[in-house]
Amino acid sequence: MRRICIALFAAAFAGAAAAADPIKIGFSMALTGGLAGAGKGALIAMEIWRDDVNKKGGLLGRQVEFVYYDDATQPAKVPPIYTKLINVDKVDLVVSSYGTNEIVPAMPIVMRNKMVFPALFGLAANEEFKYDRYFQIMPAGPYPKTDWSKGFFELAQQQKPRPQTIAIVAADAEFALNAAAGARENAKKMGFKIVYDKTYPPATTDFTPIVRAIQATNPDIVYVGSYPPDSTGMVKAANEVGLKVKMFGGGMVGLQFAAIQKNLGPLLNNVVNYDFWVPEPTLDFPGVKEFLAKYQEAAKGKGVDPLGHYLPPFAYAYMQVLGQAVAATKSLDQAKIADYFRKNTHDTVVGKVKFGRNGEWATSRVLMVQFRDLQPDNLEQFAGPGKRVVLYPKAWKSGDIVFPYKQ
Amino acid sequence: MFSADLLANAVVSGLLLGGFYAAVAIGLAIVFGQLDIVNIAHPAFVIVGSYTAYILNSRFGLDPVLVGVLAAPLFFIVGVAIYRIYYAAFERTGQESLSGLAFFFGLMFIIEVTLILVYGVDYRLVSAGYSAQTLAFGFVDLPGRMLVPFVVAMTLTAAVWLYLSRTFMGRAIQAVAQDRGALQLMGADPVRIKQWAFGLGIATAAIAGALLIIIGPVEPSVGRQYIGRVFAIVVLGGMGSIQGMLIAALLLGVTENLVSTFYGPSWAPAVAFGVLLATLAVRPAGLFGR
Amino acid sequence: MRGWGFRAASAALLAAGLAFTELADNPYYFNATYVVLQALIMAVAWNILGGFTGYVNFGSAAFFAVGAYTTIFLQKAFGLPLPLMILAAALVCGLIGLAVGYLTLRLKGVYFAIATLAMGIVLETLVNNWSYVGGAKGTFMLTPDEHLWFDSYSEMLFMIMLVLALGSIAVSRALSSSRLGRGLAAIRDDEVAAECSGVPTLRLKLVSTTVMGAMMGVAGAPYPYFVTYVDPISAFNLFIAVNAIAMPMIGGTSHWAGPVIGALLVGSAQEVITVTISSELNVLLVGIMLVLFITLAPQGIVGLARKHWRKRS
Repeated sequence: MRRICIALFAAAFAGAAAAADPIKIGFSMALTGGLAGAGKGALIAMEIWRDDVNKKGGLLGRQVEFVYYDDATQPAKVPPIYTKLINVDKVDLVVSSYGTNEIVPAMPIVMRNKMVFPALFGLAANEEFKYDRYFQIMPAGPYPKTDWSKGFFELAQQQKPRPQTIAIVAADAEFALNAAAGARENAKKMGFKIVYDKTYPPATTDFTPIVRAIQATNPDIVYVGSYPPDSTGMVKAANEVGLKVKMFGGGMVGLQFAAIQKNLGPLLNNVVNYDFWVPEPTLDFPGVKEFLAKYQEAAKGKGVDPLGHYLPPFAYAYMQVLGQAVAATKSLDQAKIADYFRKNTHDTVVGKVKFGRNGEWATSRVLMVQFRDLQPDNLEQFAGPGKRVVLYPKAWKSGDIVFPYKQ
Repeated sequence: MFSADLLANAVVSGLLLGGFYAAVAIGLAIVFGQLDIVNIAHPAFVIVGSYTAYILNSRFGLDPVLVGVLAAPLFFIVGVAIYRIYYAAFERTGQESLSGLAFFFGLMFIIEVTLILVYGVDYRLVSAGYSAQTLAFGFVDLPGRMLVPFVVAMTLTAAVWLYLSRTFMGRAIQAVAQDRGALQLMGADPVRIKQWAFGLGIATAAIAGALLIIIGPVEPSVGRQYIGRVFAIVVLGGMGSIQGMLIAALLLGVTENLVSTFYGPSWAPAVAFGVLLATLAVRPAGLFGR
Repeated sequence: MRGWGFRAASAALLAAGLAFTELADNPYYFNATYVVLQALIMAVAWNILGGFTGYVNFGSAAFFAVGAYTTIFLQKAFGLPLPLMILAAALVCGLIGLAVGYLTLRLKGVYFAIATLAMGIVLETLVNNWSYVGGAKGTFMLTPDEHLWFDSYSEMLFMIMLVLALGSIAVSRALSSSRLGRGLAAIRDDEVAAECSGVPTLRLKLVSTTVMGAMMGVAGAPYPYFVTYVDPISAFNLFIAVNAIAMPMIGGTSHWAGPVIGALLVGSAQEVITVTISSELNVLLVGIMLVLFITLAPQGIVGLARKHWRKRS
């Protein structure tokens, strides 16, 4: 009897010791550099998820721990980080960094190690690799390149008189080139004439020559694919040159970040750009307001996006799906987890998520949003509805377009 | 796509840009052009000037140009100190060429990496009232953020030129470049003069840096784009000639802007270096060189 | 080191390398040693022009990058095996070295150095605008599946690098003790005097730049397979150029062993710091060490060692 008790004790002890071993989730994140404005916010959202999960006892009875490094928004830093995470830190699960340019470099390494790869906001990152364990939380849709800008062009098509000519300009980097490629395809399909189609080096800081060159071709609408530093530069240059076109915007990353919105203020009025979640009444998903309240509290004083409307809800959502997958399959088996991702509809703070072709969302939810009546130097105006009106798709529409942009 | 409007604006903003380039190159024109010291780290000092302007502008709201002028004496002292090290390690022992170059190269690197460690790689901006305004003359625009640096740069260039040609110290600097021995015979100490000149060169970097951050956002690696430009300007202008440097700077600004506007900005970085290589291959003495 | 001694040491190192691939299985070790060996080849190559001949090349990263992009181009166009790509890279970069030398070596050393910097940026802009190899957004090289008898691709890359490193040291050593090497030393000490004594300075300098270029291209050729993602910013990175200068200067430029010592010391320190603290800090370290050694110990570690032995005897 005593021997059995001792054996049971020993087993319980060993079990407890093993349970104390945390589950390590590894990733790189843009904590400095062009995307840091959103990257730091994403990290906070992910940490809120981790703390929520750990409070409830962790995953599979084990606490969750993050192992992460700063990739400084430099694609070349990503492969060594993931090599280190997998080979040296020996993480159990990986998720991606933020942004197409930072997700794509990790793909070969993740594929080589056959790990499931939940990804945070990459545009068509899996088009060439076609990796079956990649899952994208950004709601671009099954054909991301064209779904991304479809709304912009459909809105243009509906206006009277119908715009004829378009200028496409993009940064020479993965995300922007993908966005521009989709725009080009949409333009051709819907009968717009492309009068300007150029790229600029990502490190460009002076956009005035570019905007002047665009104005010289007299386009009706302008579609831009850019990252935060260049998005800001483009909007400022458009203002400096006095760009007169009927629609301006499209695929500019950064105009969703609170700090940039406040900085640019009225320069953004009437710009039509993509977004995924804005505080309009049509997008009030269960749990999202509570999450944002938690985020806004955690973000105070940390020099990150104070409102957290863009990336944080989705960063929280994709961790939710990962956690649900681990719990449901009761394992850390990459194949089983990938299967769970693929086969189910998941409940998250950004609504119901279903993955389809190539790991993208089964249906697209790229919103076309127009900035309206913005005042200078005012952050609070972005906290509520009315300043970023959803024009497209119809299911989430909250207002009508103001057209043209500037005459 | 070719229009008079676009061309006129490209040339005018090229001139404004070139004027600014003169402010960046003038420090090197003194140090390399007059003293033959290959301070490849000069653009890195300019970036330090930009960060100085950024810190004081964002903390105290001071105008960047004012910060540049106030910081110049500090930069002067730093320049003198660096020259003393350079002299003790290299010039005295006669090892300038290989080791001196590598010394400044290493220095440039240390400056850039220290800035990254302290401030990170995020772009920094300043806010100055005039940078959002644009003067319009018919169909030609003069944006405030380019016009003000142009005016300051021209003032700086004129001041330095006057200094070198009219004051005693200035002429001594020119003399030490031309004939060191004769200068010693006249009782002047070449080392002190060179030290003074080097300090002056670095002092201009304080002002140039302030102008740079008015024109556009700055982050630590921006300095590298200017290495080619400043050397191209000094070599094309001709060693020892401030007027030549100014003309070369304006030429480079206009060429770069024309290429940027009509061919696309992705070719602009090659312009400066292309000009440099061409000058070295065809006429190494430059336009006005001695 | 006598001829047979050197050959024996090389053979022993190769054997050790093979043993290492059998014993260790964490790919991290192979990745770390690959990086150090790559830096070693670059340092040895730089020293041929810098240390032996006395001309400073700031554009080392350009040769390295062209080697890498040659591999990328050939892979996309023809899918050649790696050894052929290494040869191709050596050829292309050797030619570029020859061309750069021919255009600029008539000028003073200072102008040559600036011209190498210029050439680097021009080449980088060209690659930035060449969309076939990825342009500014970079390109991917998925790891091939075959890796001979090794357990993994990283092990095979490590062995290839080891062979290339030993080869480049052998070339450098042969060069330094040959008649060619003495001519180069004469140019370094006083070019005008050398020219007057009948040394064919231009021809020797061109040999130097060609060999240096070819070697750097060889160092860059396997890089795309190692790193899997290449973009112009990382391939043409100035840090590669700084390392290529700092390692020989720290080790000692006058002897063929200098860059080897410098690369092993500095390279290993960098790997340790990257893993333990941060990768930015190791860049700072190289810059500081370079400046310290140049000002205080311009003859490098080899020079310090020689002084020490001389004092002893």
